[in-house]
Amino acid sequence: MNAARSIAAFIGGAREARHLALAVPLGLFVAMALVGGVFYDGLLAPQVFANLLIDNAFLLITAVGLTFVILTGGIDLSVGAVIALSTVLQAALIQRHGWHPLAAISVVLLLGTGLGACMGLLIQRYTLQPFVVTLAGMFLARGLATLISVDSIGIDHPFMAAVASIRIPLLGASLSVGALVALVVVAAGVLLAGFTSFGRAVYAIGGNPQSASLMGLPVASTVIRVYALSGFCSALAGVVYALYMLSGYSQHALGLELDAIAAVVIGGTLLTGGRGHVAGTLFGVLILGLIQTLIAFDGRLSSWWTRIAIGLLLLMFCLLQRLLVRRAPEQGES
Amino acid sequence: MVPVSTSFATQPWLRRFVAQPLFWPLLTLALLLLGNGVFNPGFLALHWRDGHLYGNLIDIGNRAAPLILVSLGMTLVIAVRGLDISVGAVLALTATVAAWTLTQVQAAHAGSNLLPLAWAIVAALTVAALCGLWNGLLVVKVGMQPIVATLILMVAGRGVAQLISGGQIITVYCAPYGFLANGFLLGLPFPLYVVATVFVGLQWLLRHSALGLFTSAIGHNPIAAKVAGVRAGAIILATYIFCGLSAGMAGVLVSANVDSADANNAGQLFELDAILAVSIGGSLLSGGRFSLAGSLIGALILQTMTSTIYAVGLPPQLNLVVKAVLVFVVMVLQSADFRSQVRAWLPWVRKGEQT
Amino acid sequence: MSAPASPSVVLHATGVGKRFAGSVALDGVELCLRAGEIHALMGQNGAGKSTLIKLLTGVISADSGQVSLDGRLVAPTTPVQAQALGISTVYQEVNLCPNLSVAENIFAGRYPRRFGFIDWRAVRRGSRDVLAAVGLDINVDRPLATYSVAIQQMVAIARAIGVSARVLILDEPTSSLDEGEVQELFKVMRRLREQGLAIMFVTHFLDQVYAVSDRITVLRNGRRVGEYLADELPQPALVSAMVGREIALAEGRDSEHRPAADAPVVLSAHGLGRRGKLHATDIQVRRGEVLGLAGLLGSGRTELARLLFGLDRPGEGRLDIQGEAADLHHPADAVAQGLALCPEERKTEGIIAELSVRENVVLALQTRMGWRRTLSRTQQEALATKLVKALGVKTASIETLAGQLSGGNQQKVVLARWLATAPRLLILDEPTRGIDIAAKQDIMAEVVRLAGQGMAVLFISAEIEEVLRLCDRIAVLRERRKVGELPGGCSEQEILALIAGDAGEVA
Repeated sequence: MNAARSIAAFIGGAREARHLALAVPLGLFVAMALVGGVFYDGLLAPQVFANLLIDNAFLLITAVGLTFVILTGGIDLSVGAVIALSTVLQAALIQRHGWHPLAAISVVLLLGTGLGACMGLLIQRYTLQPFVVTLAGMFLARGLATLISVDSIGIDHPFMAAVASIRIPLLGASLSVGALVALVVVAAGVLLAGFTSFGRAVYAIGGNPQSASLMGLPVASTVIRVYALSGFCSALAGVVYALYMLSGYSQHALGLELDAIAAVVIGGTLLTGGRGHVAGTLFGVLILGLIQTLIAFDGRLSSWWTRIAIGLLLLMFCLLQRLLVRRAPEQGES
Repeated sequence: MVPVSTSFATQPWLRRFVAQPLFWPLLTLALLLLGNGVFNPGFLALHWRDGHLYGNLIDIGNRAAPLILVSLGMTLVIAVRGLDISVGAVLALTATVAAWTLTQVQAAHAGSNLLPLAWAIVAALTVAALCGLWNGLLVVKVGMQPIVATLILMVAGRGVAQLISGGQIITVYCAPYGFLANGFLLGLPFPLYVVATVFVGLQWLLRHSALGLFTSAIGHNPIAAKVAGVRAGAIILATYIFCGLSAGMAGVLVSANVDSADANNAGQLFELDAILAVSIGGSLLSGGRFSLAGSLIGALILQTMTSTIYAVGLPPQLNLVVKAVLVFVVMVLQSADFRSQVRAWLPWVRKGEQT
Repeated sequence: MSAPASPSVVLHATGVGKRFAGSVALDGVELCLRAGEIHALMGQNGAGKSTLIKLLTGVISADSGQVSLDGRLVAPTTPVQAQALGISTVYQEVNLCPNLSVAENIFAGRYPRRFGFIDWRAVRRGSRDVLAAVGLDINVDRPLATYSVAIQQMVAIARAIGVSARVLILDEPTSSLDEGEVQELFKVMRRLREQGLAIMFVTHFLDQVYAVSDRITVLRNGRRVGEYLADELPQPALVSAMVGREIALAEGRDSEHRPAADAPVVLSAHGLGRRGKLHATDIQVRRGEVLGLAGLLGSGRTELARLLFGLDRPGEGRLDIQGEAADLHHPADAVAQGLALCPEERKTEGIIAELSVRENVVLALQTRMGWRRTLSRTQQEALATKLVKALGVKTASIETLAGQLSGGNQQKVVLARWLATAPRLLILDEPTRGIDIAAKQDIMAEVVRLAGQGMAVLFISAEIEEVLRLCDRIAVLRERRKVGELPGGCSEQEILALIAGDAGEVA
């Protein structure tokens, strides 16, 4: 009885416009999975979905941080580069300087957060365009990464190798440590966005920064903090990536920022800010991963179709967002 | 009304000289080149050999040609408050289309070189213009933010290029094609002529038609421009088409340079280089004030930097870091908030400026 | 509706003054808000209302004078400080976040918590309670943007009450509301008045002022004209206080130059209107005629000008230029047909500050010529120099950036731009607002001269004085429709009567 009532409440709640935004990516993911399951044998196995999480854990963590930035109406193009920098720095500290992985990881997390905070400070203090500042940040991070090491550095520290091989059983499949961390980050992100004043300030700034300021919300510190958060998530994603690849390389995660942005947009977050859900980003990442899996399962289409498919999806969602934005002002227009 | 000061720093002629828009970019380029000349004897030397002019300076100009072209296109887009981050992808796409078309036509008309070349260039530039049109329509008709609109092509464009090339590098065997990038005309590399033609043509167009005035007006104050009767939509669309074309020309030059097209790597991070060249050249990233000559100098500065780093023996990776720092510095300097902060610290900087 | 006996003064501002780069925005203004009273602040554009509000709400600080709240001197330097002190403002553009829910907007920045996290149930409950205090029962979970502006304003008021305000300032709250919504708002205002709140109501709608206010303060040109009890101030007297008499300006029109009654009609509009902006309006302007458009702020004058110039598309009606039907999609079409518009907002819609005086002057002529044909540099300089001299624009050179000129000179540059196109019809929207006397006189003299040469002019102004001196005919607008037309020789009282409307006697 209780289950029925909660389902009814959920559906009733889902009719609310803002839940609709979540329903679309969720629905799309389920639809794609079902259709794929019909065409390709073995697609609907639990491990396939677990692999989605394992293979895209780093993208998911990054995208969660990026969601917050985009919600304020900004953007962070440095995420892929910070991931690369994190992997290289970790690898160099562990392999060439004999640091313990945990110490290296702490340094990397601090660095990522610091870089993000610096970019946020420039953006906020001097009213600079986030696009160009974070693009320069991307250059800086990639450059620093290549300065540390031009070649790939393999990681063979026993701690890292051990953690990388851990498999945690869950619902008939097994997840890696990275995938679990990603799920925890998503959960933390949902809590942060929905239940803390920081999260609500993020939404307010995305809706109308002047109003947010007039309402007494801490706009300046919130802006700096979202970029710091994005930097932290990128660094954490770099840690997970280093575990996944067991190497540090300055050319890792090339072009990842675009995938992350695509995941956030497909997940229902408006690029102009103010509307979206962290949970939506989860489905955005899963959809991207599913596209790649479907193409791999098919075997006939070249993997280049992934880029085109993502581009088309992005176009569709941006057009949809544009239509939504055009209709909304008519309601409250003066 | 303006207080007259007798100190050197506020002499009117000095102020006017420094206030020339091209002063800082030219100074930077001159310093870079001179610095090279001092620390690296023979850097600035030019030799005439085999009927061609050789030297580092020629080299810099030659290598900078693709970036200069794209920067010119980007300048106009930024001038009307837009942005085009798909230029790198369009470059890769046109390079691929050019190489593919050339090999296809060559296969059909065995032995001929000029027909495939013509087809390749036509196909490449048409595709490039269509990409620009696509971006422009999304911005003007659909009303998308420029970053968003051009992001789509940035993601998908490379995918289409990879599709055409099958992920492989397409190699071109066509001597006239290679001439486009490596050949010499009257002693100078051919790309320099391409750049000169485009630059001069564009300057002429902007100065001898009303387009220059309209572009500035739209960028500075789109509403007032509209009230004054300026049709912004058509002009903005034209800037995106031209930007696409410039990326297309750059794509042809890049692939001609290596007689191949690499859809995966061509034009990577090119958009940032272009934006950087534009802002170093003095154009405002917020639109309105722009300088084609400035962007050309900006692109030359970037190329000189790259060559300097290479010549001095510093790790080429430093390039990225230096570029990043440059972008930060230029942006902060251009920021109005920063300038009011500086004015608060240094009252003598006020110099009679009116707010 | 009469004020309670000896109400206590909540907010008292005395001798308040503020200057902006040479021009005086406020001069020795006094304002007295009392508990349990609705106090209306009235005045035309440029009278100083918005400056006074910005001062009270901490957006800017005063150059002179003082403000005291409940007897204590206060000087808020940020809006947040003003709110903390108890001065809350609800603006015309509701300053809330449209993407957040109603409940969130009410509690933003002061959420009740449970275990460190936001307690949403308490937020919902609390917002429903405070909305009930303003008589509103709505779903607090829906985004604010899904509600009408009227409801959004109520939410803004509810938020203001929620932060325990002593003074509530409502800045033009009714501009976007329909009749029913206005009555709802008044109900809420009366309820809050009963609860002892001091309410300042800023509006330009005369009948609304009388419907709900206890006291009225009138500002004109930065000074306080007076504070009156609403019962004791008849409507025409109020209008007179608002638009009043200015210092003597240039001579009026020479009767010799009155246009012939059969002069060709340059522009005529039949039933031209736009939903929500302007009701169907008929208007005609003849060659050599100066047609005045009088009315208060919000009466639809600028909306009519925008429709005539192609800046907005009409929802109904027809426009004829020189007898032929015209369908204007873009100002460029209007310019091609010989129309010209000097917009009201010269800084945002007129002058392009970063371009030189010369470039500003030649812009409209250039758009008419198209993008291929250009004026040579010599031609541009000659044209700009000629017009700058003719209009008396004070500028170091024609290459000076337009943004560095004073307001009056900027206005002259915009006028020069349009004169360069030798238009058939020149629409001037408040051309003399906010500029110095000398520039005013120059511009008005130029208008007279141009009409004498055969140009048709549509002159929009709230200054009755000017309209009377310059115009051959005067059309009066009130509340977005044309209410009448008067000949040039009419009296000020007749115009005031049309503007004021039926209520109130003609003195």
